[in-house]
Amino acid sequence: MQARALAPEEHFVEAEPYYEATGDEIAIFEAAYRNKLPVLLKGPTGCGKTRFMEYMAWRIRRPLITVSCHDDLTASDLVGRFLVKGGETVWVDGPLARSVRAGAICYLDEIVEARKDTMVVIHPLADDRRVLPMEKLGTLLEANQDFCLAISYNPGYQSVLKDLKQSTRQRFVALEFDYPAADLERKIVAKESGVGDALAEKLVKFAHMTRNLKGSGLEEGASTRLLVHAAKLIASGVEPVSACRSAIAQAITDDGEMLAAMRELSSSLF
Amino acid sequence: MADNGFQLSAEHIEQALEQWLEVEFTFLHVAELAASIAVLPRPDQDFLLGWVQRIATTNIQIANQFAHHAITGLAQLDHHVIGAWALHAMDTYDRAGLRPAIKAIKDLDNFVQLAHERVAGVLFEEVGGILLTFICGLSGRRLKLKEGETVHTDSETLFLPAVVARMQRADDNFALAKAMAAFLWAQTRFGTFRADLPAALAAYPEPERALRHFHALETLRLDACIGRELPGLFREMTRLRAELGEIQSLPKAWQRYSQELAVADATVFDSLRLLEDAYRGEAPSPVCYQGELRPDAVALVMSARKEREKILLRVKLAQLAQELRKQKPESPAGPPRFETRRAPEDQAGLERLELTLDDMPIAPPEEVRQLLTSIQLDLGEIPPEYLTPADPGEYDPGLYEAKHADPDDVWQGTYHEEGATFYPEWDFGRQHYRKNWCVMREKDVPPVYDEFVSDTLRKHSGLVKHLRRTFEALRDENRLLKREPSGDEVDIDALVEALADARDGSEMSDRLFMRTQRSERNIAVMFMVDMSGSTKGWINDAERESLILLCEALETLGDRYAIYGFSGITRKRCELYRIKRIDEAYDDEVKARISGIRPQEYTRMGFAVRHLTHLLNEVEARTKLLITLSDGKPDDYHDGYRGKYGIEDTRKALQEAQRGGIHPFCVTIDQEARDYLPHLYGAVNYTVVDEVRKLPLKITEIYRRLTLN
Repeated sequence: MQARALAPEEHFVEAEPYYEATGDEIAIFEAAYRNKLPVLLKGPTGCGKTRFMEYMAWRIRRPLITVSCHDDLTASDLVGRFLVKGGETVWVDGPLARSVRAGAICYLDEIVEARKDTMVVIHPLADDRRVLPMEKLGTLLEANQDFCLAISYNPGYQSVLKDLKQSTRQRFVALEFDYPAADLERKIVAKESGVGDALAEKLVKFAHMTRNLKGSGLEEGASTRLLVHAAKLIASGVEPVSACRSAIAQAITDDGEMLAAMRELSSSLF
Repeated sequence: MADNGFQLSAEHIEQALEQWLEVEFTFLHVAELAASIAVLPRPDQDFLLGWVQRIATTNIQIANQFAHHAITGLAQLDHHVIGAWALHAMDTYDRAGLRPAIKAIKDLDNFVQLAHERVAGVLFEEVGGILLTFICGLSGRRLKLKEGETVHTDSETLFLPAVVARMQRADDNFALAKAMAAFLWAQTRFGTFRADLPAALAAYPEPERALRHFHALETLRLDACIGRELPGLFREMTRLRAELGEIQSLPKAWQRYSQELAVADATVFDSLRLLEDAYRGEAPSPVCYQGELRPDAVALVMSARKEREKILLRVKLAQLAQELRKQKPESPAGPPRFETRRAPEDQAGLERLELTLDDMPIAPPEEVRQLLTSIQLDLGEIPPEYLTPADPGEYDPGLYEAKHADPDDVWQGTYHEEGATFYPEWDFGRQHYRKNWCVMREKDVPPVYDEFVSDTLRKHSGLVKHLRRTFEALRDENRLLKREPSGDEVDIDALVEALADARDGSEMSDRLFMRTQRSERNIAVMFMVDMSGSTKGWINDAERESLILLCEALETLGDRYAIYGFSGITRKRCELYRIKRIDEAYDDEVKARISGIRPQEYTRMGFAVRHLTHLLNEVEARTKLLITLSDGKPDDYHDGYRGKYGIEDTRKALQEAQRGGIHPFCVTIDQEARDYLPHLYGAVNYTVVDEVRKLPLKITEIYRRLTLN
């Protein structure tokens, strides 16, 4: 496929993304969307939050604008800023303002990473006012009726600094995500990568082993995404033990002893 | 090599040995020994004599015995293994005294079972960490891993030998150690101990023989389990057996047992049933990784655990029920009813139970989940009486909560090591750590509510004001950076200028924005205060005054800090006195504790540095400082800590701290400190305050300079 350049608000998800529901999250999201309620997705990394958003965007046929938050992300990065062009200052909308105008889904990934001042612009959008204050323009932007706000948050980081404030979290409908149950995860790995069921099952078993290590040297166990990566490598002819090392072990830790132990675990399985 | 010109001569060796083994006093005969070392090639000579010298600093008898035995050992083992054996003997000496250590030296053959030539063994010390993580990753109960004389488990701890050296190559030996650990894990995971083994085996005329046969049957069953669960590992185990020539065809009867035990739902009871028949014939020879079965040790640990876990589970369930019912006021009346259901899917092979409360599935906390797993492993299920929440007051909390013996008892005649933490100590003569050498305890300084703090503040009132001003200037601040290429705001001044420039025809600058930059002081400091007896009098006063001023300054600054005093007498009584923990507020109690600092015993330093490093490592901060306030060299009563030993141990401990990203610094009033502090802290990381009275004035200034960014 050729690379295409698209304006963010024109980014429609065209083909149906592969998504396996683990509960009633699809129904809840749709109901929240109909009632103009913002949504909070909780869960560890790589368990399908972003995929779920893509799937929902496809289902409700709205463009999806994703912003990955980082610790230097400020309110003006979301709302917009003046730029100087040819001697004049020009206002340029940020991704949040674009979605509010165009009625897109704005998905703020890992919201706790962003600076604290970004919360201030989210709050009026996340309750029944549904407005975006644009301080620098001195205007209030009323949200398009199709606009939807979704944020994600990983409660696994046990840092006080990275906790979501009550005043923020109590505005959202929360959907909890976790790694899928073993059977479902096997199905997902097999479907996404094209490896056989037996191999997918072993990979899932390996993931459970790494999840057993959470708290004794690992911050997080292997996510479903990493399993899919490993499975894809195996499907392209890489040895399973090497695939587990490159796609999973090296991705979750740098600790030499932990890597050695994970190598032993994977070689015990395959 | 024998005619190598560089070989050491017998006379030369004899002289060295006479000196190290103190022949003048010990009357050991070294001539023969020296002659037999003289014929060895030079690298072996150097290796052997190096170790003799190192061991002699610990004990001369052990060194002598080592020298005699190592000469034969050198023919069979590589240097790596011999070194481990020497350390093992010295550890034994530290732990149990001379006789067991001499025995350990003489037991070389036991130490490395069945040595080939120049074996490359793996040491427990080196692979223990990896294997423990490996075992943690497998499903089931959280197991511990320890070094032991033989390969066995008591169902909570897996014991592996100090060295595994049956195979020729190091990686094969590692594979063997892994196989041993996994096999012991399989015993706990697949229910070998679910039956009452001591009783079952005692029913046979020869219980020993019964145990041997039972072990062989269980090995067949567990091999099949591992083969299903961890096929990769099982392949490797089979390969190891093949290399050791252990794969023989089983006798006819045993082939039948093997088939019966290989089915997926075979249990330990099947093995016991087959034992009746198998007992009559001969058991196949044991395989390399099976180790020993110790039903008695297991029974002891297991009965204690069953009782404890039953109580714990019932107490935890009662707490859980209370919490859950508080959240849902509409829950049914009557006692909470817990049940377990088989979960619809299998996870990681271990049957997963779903816990329900009043028919509603609940997600139990990790602690409860682990208890359930452990009970399920012991009993195969969760008996209903385990699921009845405990009535309040039904159990004495002493039964399930860890007991704390009073740390002060050690000073009143009843020595104990309960509640203590053990730290290693560096022995420079041995060039190795003494394991678990220091018995460390944390104690609180008894607060003394008196006038000391207010007096100090009054005495230095001018200084305190000055301190507040200078330290406030160091605080976090947001700075507005102008003329930046990117930023949140347009810099109007820059823009006007740039537009004028553009009109002028010259190049327009792109630095048109303003940006606020937060400069964060993210510092955690640990103050380690000398509370040894030598600080008695005005040094102690100066220390306490300094701490008060420091606290005032640090409170202004907002840096996180902790204060601990250290002292002790001999390795058995190393004490750290809590004055202020890192998360504790600077309140009246902390002030009273500072006031209550009194000189104690000696200046053993290594353990204090190690423990405070450990505490500091748990704090999240960009910069971590460990500042020592001291009045002299490391020193202790009796066990040779004085002099070079203490200095080298402290240096090692400080190096460990530095490796963890901690910056050590020392402020001392010892005028001779320049002789040893550069060696300990490095050339610049210390300050000598020449007048005790100036310490309070100096210390805050030193701290300010140290943390200026």
